[in-house]
Amino acid sequence: MKYKNKLWIVILLIAFWFAIYLNLERLTAILFDITGLSSIKEGYARSIEFFIYEVPKVLMLLTLIVFIMGIIRTFFSPEKTRALLEKKSLFLGNILASVLGIFTPFCSCSAVPLFIGFVEAGIPLGVTLSFLIAAPMINEVAVILLFGLFGWKTAVIYVSTGLFIAILSGFVIGKLKLERFVEPWVYEIKSNRQEIGEDKITFNNRLDSGFLAVKDIVSKVWLYIVIGVGIGSLAHGYVPEEFLAGFMGKSSWWAVPLSVLIGIPLYSNAAGIIPIVQVLLEKGASLGTALAFMMAVIGLSLPEAIILKKVLKLPMIFIFFGIVGIGIIIVGYIFNLIY
Amino acid sequence: MVEIKVLGTGCARCNELEKMCFNVAAENNIDADIQKIKDLKEIMSYGIMQTPGLVINGKVKISGKLPTSTTLLHWMQEEK
Repeated sequence: MKYKNKLWIVILLIAFWFAIYLNLERLTAILFDITGLSSIKEGYARSIEFFIYEVPKVLMLLTLIVFIMGIIRTFFSPEKTRALLEKKSLFLGNILASVLGIFTPFCSCSAVPLFIGFVEAGIPLGVTLSFLIAAPMINEVAVILLFGLFGWKTAVIYVSTGLFIAILSGFVIGKLKLERFVEPWVYEIKSNRQEIGEDKITFNNRLDSGFLAVKDIVSKVWLYIVIGVGIGSLAHGYVPEEFLAGFMGKSSWWAVPLSVLIGIPLYSNAAGIIPIVQVLLEKGASLGTALAFMMAVIGLSLPEAIILKKVLKLPMIFIFFGIVGIGIIIVGYIFNLIY
Repeated sequence: MVEIKVLGTGCARCNELEKMCFNVAAENNIDADIQKIKDLKEIMSYGIMQTPGLVINGKVKISGKLPTSTTLLHWMQEEK
């Protein structure tokens, strides 16, 4: 398709998106009136209302942001990120690596090639690990779901504390000088970097990447969202709010470390874990405990440890998981103190 | 004869790319030697940082994403 035509379609779609999104509350209110739901006083009616309003809202937000991120990501390749990180000092490098981790396209299946590519280019171990912590943990699906379901404050807090953990853990690991725990063959690799015709990306290609990202990601996560919001709506109408408060509320000091310990071996993507977080929060778990659990599940996992075992020796994996885990626990406590 | 290497340690898209190569070569009667490279050291020797990677006659064509069948066919014919 011609580039101008495609651009027009995108502009029209986005205008259409705003027209619906901004009127979503009104549209659902009309729907409730027609179906007579708004006059029913029972709990189940509130649950249905919540569900019918939240599902389109979250899915629409997700679609738009995934589209935009798909386009933004075409400006950041791992090769460019690597070039930006070369010859950066330790602390500055950790900050930059963590921020770039948000925008650089990343799949956990490529964690090892990426690790080797960075280390081989002379990027310090701590800086490389900052990137590898931030990239999976802070992603648009997690942020949008938190924003859509729990408000913008929770989303901002999640991103900023995620960055904090990535920067700090990478910095500490860098200071500990753990290079001896990297498998020696990593340093022996001599790759011949070839130019892949990446600079010929047209604007049209970028739009295509946006559409592709929507197709890829939304088709994978929509079901989790429906289930998550569904559980949330049921809890909304029925379950007593203080159900979990006793053992996952603020008053129990051991709740944060325990949630992190349980979360570390588990693996799930952001979309899969949000329904659980939703239930935890609805039933009285404190925000810090729930977010710490979410970060531990998304950021660290047994499969990831097994993948990293190819390039890192066992003590290094323990140190890596230990430091990130402690970072998450600290963040959890800070939250529980503030809120 | 085109020498094609699909670089990948076993991710879903790596298998998909391998299948695509077989199909495109078969449909267009291109004489191709398609290999799957799973050895990390060999994968890394091509300097890629994302899998799957595609190498045709020693040249890295793409990494981290799947090409379209048309592009893939174009590359194969180019290198024939």
